Amino acid sequence: MAETHKPPEKFTLRLRRYDPEAGEAPYWDEHTIELEPHRSVLEAILQAKDRFDGSIGVRCSCRQAICGSCGIRVNGEPALACHTHLDAAKRSAKDGVIEIEPMGNMPVLKDLIVDMDAVHWKKIQRVTPWLIAKQPVPEREYIVSKESMVDVTQTMGCIQCGACVSDCLAMEVDPGFIGPAALAKAYRFVGDPRDDEHEVRLRDLAEDPQGIYDCTHCFKCVEACPKDVNPMGQIMRLRRIAGNDFDIVDQNNGERHEATMVGLIRDYGLLHEAEMVPRSYGGNSWFGKFHPAAGKELLSSLPIVIKGVLRRKVNIKIAIFGHKIAKQDLKGVQAIYDKVEGRKERYELNLYITGEDEPTQDAAAVPLAAAQSSTEGSAS
Amino acid sequence: MKVAYWPGCVSRGFTPELHGSMALLAPLLDIELVELDRACCTGAGVIAEHNQELADTLNARTFALAQQVDGAELMMNICSTCQGAQSECQERLDANAEYRSHVNETLSAEGLTYVKDPARPLTNKNFLWLLVEEIGLEELRSKVRRPLTNLKVGPFYGCYIVRPRPRLGIDEEHPRDHYLEQVIEALGGTVIEYAGMRKCCGFPIITMNKEASLKQAGRHLGDAVDADADCLVTPCPLCHLNLDMQQPLAEGVVGRELNMPVLHLPQLVGLALGLEPKELGLSRHVVRPTPVIDWSTSVVGAAAPAGGW
Repeated sequence: MAETHKPPEKFTLRLRRYDPEAGEAPYWDEHTIELEPHRSVLEAILQAKDRFDGSIGVRCSCRQAICGSCGIRVNGEPALACHTHLDAAKRSAKDGVIEIEPMGNMPVLKDLIVDMDAVHWKKIQRVTPWLIAKQPVPEREYIVSKESMVDVTQTMGCIQCGACVSDCLAMEVDPGFIGPAALAKAYRFVGDPRDDEHEVRLRDLAEDPQGIYDCTHCFKCVEACPKDVNPMGQIMRLRRIAGNDFDIVDQNNGERHEATMVGLIRDYGLLHEAEMVPRSYGGNSWFGKFHPAAGKELLSSLPIVIKGVLRRKVNIKIAIFGHKIAKQDLKGVQAIYDKVEGRKERYELNLYITGEDEPTQDAAAVPLAAAQSSTEGSAS
Repeated sequence: MKVAYWPGCVSRGFTPELHGSMALLAPLLDIELVELDRACCTGAGVIAEHNQELADTLNARTFALAQQVDGAELMMNICSTCQGAQSECQERLDANAEYRSHVNETLSAEGLTYVKDPARPLTNKNFLWLLVEEIGLEELRSKVRRPLTNLKVGPFYGCYIVRPRPRLGIDEEHPRDHYLEQVIEALGGTVIEYAGMRKCCGFPIITMNKEASLKQAGRHLGDAVDADADCLVTPCPLCHLNLDMQQPLAEGVVGRELNMPVLHLPQLVGLALGLEPKELGLSRHVVRPTPVIDWSTSVVGAAAPAGGW
């Protein structure tokens, strides 16, 4: 449906300007441009550059959300400048002025241009971003299932714009974190049945203190990605495969933390918080707390534990024995565990592959005769 | 209104003051809580990380139990993480009929079924959403007995309740990522905006990378201190653990004194509706909410003459 064209409107941009080589502090610059509201923020920046200040630094190329060059922040959120409509940007602006900044977590080269080489590309290189072919290489093509290839196309959709890197909250406090883009790239090969080094890749990423277990599960990258790559989801799958399929017990407590949580809920139905820390450090059993690593950790937490008990925040009975759901219900929960964990293969619904189906409950309820008559009707 | 109430684990474990204050507050808001005491932990995303089908089935069990509560208008939780984990599972269960019947087959052992009925969908709302969308800000305002005048409150949402937006039903008509500000204002308080209000508290990696985790908590708390907040308020007990319980350690990591009280959402609402700091469990926090308690006593003192003593 053709939308009626709206006439050009005035939009004000507030641009963050910074030239590290000039030795001056960053500052804000405002320009008012005139464009139709459906046009992009990139077009607005280019108009400002063209009409008012040729020195505005911005990187762009395709202008149709495919090259990944124009990653910026619009009103504090990461986005592609060419993929953000002006009317939408104005609506999300705090004071009606569209705020435009360079991406975060990467050093600014000039104005809106950040140094992708220094951060993003280094991290991509870190995960060996190429296929290590399974030997022997078949004479013709590899035969793989369609689903497994559709699955990795999700991460192949990445256009390397850096939007997820820009706002990664783990990287904000730990710049060495391998990060969402590179780890999504890692899944592209771990999920590829033709790759020969799944275990080596996973062990490397699990043992690295800034690898898969350094992700804080904050969904920032999921939201930032303009191409639905779902980097955090890919990181969770890397963890799942590392811990479950290759039994990699890493030095970062990642696998133990997962096993502890899964185990405690099986045993209690509810989270037994007091056991979380000792078992994550010392291993998933009641004896975990006597492991030296757990002892050291508990000792450092002792002042807090004492304070919690004194303030009656932590109930000693609950801290020692935990809280449980009723026996009958716990049995029901454990039966679910037995059945699901007992399957030969994990059953995983991937909405990226399946998509959402029609509300079949209603469709199935339609009497056959009615369905037939409607088909006939449309055929005649 | 009657709700099928999922309190979560932490609100009954390490932050008992949360469950307690919700129970005290509910009658003042005419909410009848029917506790889902047969349900198990949502898995907080970690069970899903381990095995997606397991997480989906356990949460489908909770949904099925909620659907059995007679006369309940919806399901309510008091934990951002529960909301996020449950919304994720519900998204998958609702998206695919074949998958749903596969999961229901497992639930049938207990005689339970999660039904997706377009005429009566299972609506699961955090208390924050329920406050704004079901009770309404006007109604809330009319119930205020002790307006939070001059109390400067910084919101802290927790990741699971603000991202990803489509899954959590956040759009221009439902700006759920701005509801805390709206509630603080309705209660008569002053909203303090600061950089970390929608960032991660660091809790999910506290056992994997303690320093990074505490740095996150410490940085956001420090931002709130710099923005001159008297306290923070959060709808997430896991955030509360990292922001309040771990605050002394976070101070060490970021190298500054923070002393920032963190309130649970029902505590803040309870204060404004006239409940006392002590009964709301404010004294149980690791960081003593002295500014809040001082404020509440001074307001009570000032209000007393009107009572005619």
